[in-house]
Amino acid sequence: MSIVVAYAPDEFGRSAVEAGLAVAASRGGDVVVVNATRGDALVDTKFAGSSERAALDELLAASTVASTVRQPVGTDVADAVLQVAEEVGATLLVVGLRHRTPVGKMLMGSVAQRILLDATVPVLAVKPGQSVPL
Amino acid sequence: MESLDLLRGGLEAALSPENLLWAALGVLLGTFVGVLPGIGPAMAVALLLPATYGLEPTAAFIMFAGIYYGGMYGGSTTSILLNTPGESSSVMTAIEGNKMAKRGRAAQALASAAIGSFIAGTIGTLLVVFFAPALADVAVDIGAPSYFAIMLLAIVLVTAVLGSSRLRGFIALFLGLTIGLVGLDLSTGQPRLDLGQSLLADGLDIVVVAVGIFALGEALWVAAHLRRSPLTVIPTGRPWMGRDDWRRSWKPWLRGTALGFPFGAVPAGGAETPTFLSYILERRLAGKDHEFGQGAIEGVAGPEAANNASAAGTFVPLLALGLPVTATASIMLAALQGYGIQPGPQLMTTQSDLVWTLLASLLIGNTLLLVLNLPLAPAWAKLLRTPRPYLYAGILFFAALGAYTVNQQPFDLLLLLVFGLLGLAMRRFALPVLPLILGVILGPLMEVKMREALAISGGDASALVSEPLAVVVYAIIVIALVGSVLAGRRAKRSTLDTEPDTDTVPKQKEHV
Repeated sequence: MSIVVAYAPDEFGRSAVEAGLAVAASRGGDVVVVNATRGDALVDTKFAGSSERAALDELLAASTVASTVRQPVGTDVADAVLQVAEEVGATLLVVGLRHRTPVGKMLMGSVAQRILLDATVPVLAVKPGQSVPL
Repeated sequence: MESLDLLRGGLEAALSPENLLWAALGVLLGTFVGVLPGIGPAMAVALLLPATYGLEPTAAFIMFAGIYYGGMYGGSTTSILLNTPGESSSVMTAIEGNKMAKRGRAAQALASAAIGSFIAGTIGTLLVVFFAPALADVAVDIGAPSYFAIMLLAIVLVTAVLGSSRLRGFIALFLGLTIGLVGLDLSTGQPRLDLGQSLLADGLDIVVVAVGIFALGEALWVAAHLRRSPLTVIPTGRPWMGRDDWRRSWKPWLRGTALGFPFGAVPAGGAETPTFLSYILERRLAGKDHEFGQGAIEGVAGPEAANNASAAGTFVPLLALGLPVTATASIMLAALQGYGIQPGPQLMTTQSDLVWTLLASLLIGNTLLLVLNLPLAPAWAKLLRTPRPYLYAGILFFAALGAYTVNQQPFDLLLLLVFGLLGLAMRRFALPVLPLILGVILGPLMEVKMREALAISGGDASALVSEPLAVVVYAIIVIALVGSVLAGRRAKRSTLDTEPDTDTVPKQKEHV
């Protein structure tokens, strides 16, 4: 059983990874962290650079759970996460959620929302500071 | 001093609210295109050519000059924060500048680059004020044969001596010269290379060629490489410098200026050579316990001063001889011709208002750039997050609009596509763009001078070497060609380690 975590180098992605690791530790299985980018801009702050990648690896190494990290470049970030979930036969998806204002909802698409709506497996949505009761 | 009086007159004209506005717009646009790799001042000026036909020449040139200087500033921001040079002239800045940024000294690197550029640009512009009129005075007496020889020198130097491959350089040059031939013969009225198309009989409009090569070519190239792994931009605060940084920077600034200006002023094209030399010089002078390789501020200060000084230097041949030596300067020359202004030594006297207002606005633009860039550098870095599809959709829109408005001829859009594909092919096969654009612009001018010389002599080819200056220039061409061939051979034979080690120089395709 695999748990796929949608990750971005910020507190939301970090809480998602922590929740994914907690679930995997209690239920067994491995964690696949997906950090996707559209790759159509020179700089993408949601894409983990070398120092952010090192921090992520450290976080993963601190847990006993087996984990892998994928950083695909594709046309759509949500699609890339769902594609990986299908490929590894994920049983659970974990995403980090942020609060958005009504105007923010109108202006920006949300990767988390797309994953929630399109996923074919259960999705665990966490906010920073929340822990998973197991 | 006559020059200073004229400059003061120019300053008064340039300080009018309207001209100040154009200068501000120019430096903003210039920094914008400078920050983004792949689009540079030459493309920006080419895209704006049609837009400026409704403007006064003075206002248009103030804006162009702002774009030119702004591009030099913007390039350094990208070099330092991203290790990807925004412009070819900032390649050397990236080496030490990015290492400084990685050590948390991005603010100091940005400050040293911006202040160095300001100092070099100001000194450079003042040197133009003194040199250009003097050169123009001498140049008025230059005859057609010598003029032809000087233009030949410019294109040979740019093509054969500067580029990495002579073959590629000459392919680009002859493509450009061929494009320049299309149209009616100047004295006999015979159509040349018009392929039986009456629409080609008027010749190819420089706007269509330049926009096609620079804008459409680059857009197609980017479309072919749309998705790439993103780079990490190093976050930074407002640029500032400590006392130690000032102490270490001021000498490289002045040395960089001294290196950059002459290279800009002689027809040897662009800022690559002086920035490279400045980097090596600073490295040598740094002595044993230097920081080079770990982020030395001298390695940012020197090359950044050199590239702005050379940008200023290119105005000497442009204004005094009508001879462009960089892609941006060539497009500016085309803009002059678009206004029906004859470039050449007479420019300083017949259009003295334009020239002096332009020079004064260079000084003002430089100051604006310093004021803008010191506090705004972190904001400019955010531009790098712009998704390429949005950016290039905008560029394509302005490219098509520009090409169409020149003659309101749908046929020009077809030509635009042809030149866009040529631009894409040139990027694909690493052909340099500068020889092509110089060929398109200088080719017809050379032809005029050559035929003038031959008409006077009644067709006797020896007229081309009838002036001592022409003979001297031909000798320089031969020496430069032989020298570059010999230098190339020696570099191949010897495996001496050269400085700086080429591995550390960030590889990048030519950005113009």
